[in-house]
Amino acid sequence: MSERPPAIVLGHGSLAFGLVDAVERITGRGRRLHAISNEGLGGAELAARIREAMAETGATVLFTDLPAGSCSTAAVRAVHGIPGALCVMGANLPALLHFAMHDELEPADAAREAAARGGAAIKLYPDPARER
Amino acid sequence: MSVELNRIDDRLIHGQVVLGWGQPMALARIAVVDDTIAASPWEQDLYRMAVPPEIEVAFLAVDDAVRAYASWQADARPAIVLTGTVDAMCRLAEGAPALRAVNLGGVHQGPGRVERLRYLFLTPAEERALLALEARGVAVTAQDVPTAAPVPLRELLAGRGAA
Repeated sequence: MSERPPAIVLGHGSLAFGLVDAVERITGRGRRLHAISNEGLGGAELAARIREAMAETGATVLFTDLPAGSCSTAAVRAVHGIPGALCVMGANLPALLHFAMHDELEPADAAREAAARGGAAIKLYPDPARER
Repeated sequence: MSVELNRIDDRLIHGQVVLGWGQPMALARIAVVDDTIAASPWEQDLYRMAVPPEIEVAFLAVDDAVRAYASWQADARPAIVLTGTVDAMCRLAEGAPALRAVNLGGVHQGPGRVERLRYLFLTPAEERALLALEARGVAVTAQDVPTAAPVPLRELLAGRGAA
């Protein structure tokens, strides 16, 4: 497995660090993700921090915690115009776990699968379909 | 008054604006006043992603916002006016005398900036501009979310507003 993280996780407060820590504890593959917080950073500064991290790590995939938020806005700014770069907005732990476990795939392909997996992972109990 | 908030926030449209402030006031319109974004369709699309479809979003250069401000005030629908910089808000307030209060919602770290609150970092020039705005009768307070207490400008510049 590559030592350079192919993806960056952006979140409000300490959330991204918590998510990466959870991926590490569950899979031992937290090194596939590099966490960044938006704490204390304006939109332009956050986008610059992301671009720096992309340049340092070679990461081309960004995961953000909330689709409508400063992290996603900065992430899209950072990937805008970069061929092959991809932003997954509203990522959750199941999505990140899927990404971490699929280093046999190209990062962008793993990220697309992770987006689908993360969305499908949200469940209700009791299951409304079984209550009918 | 239908412009409920004139906010300086370098993140512009984000969760604090749409959810924290917007939901309690049944927000109907966001006006982003920024010369650069007003000329950049892809950046406008980017900010629109963060807004539910029932909220109208407009992107205007400062000069255009000066001309539009009175109509926003006359509209019964609640609106938030956003600028990303102190300078843009001061220029807007100068041209739109109906603008009587400014909310410092988020100005983050940058060269020459000093921390006044955890979400508010200002340069000496920005502080002077805000004091001049206040001297013209515009109320200036810092408040990131509605549930926080507003901190008057002079209090935070005196170092008594630490959150």
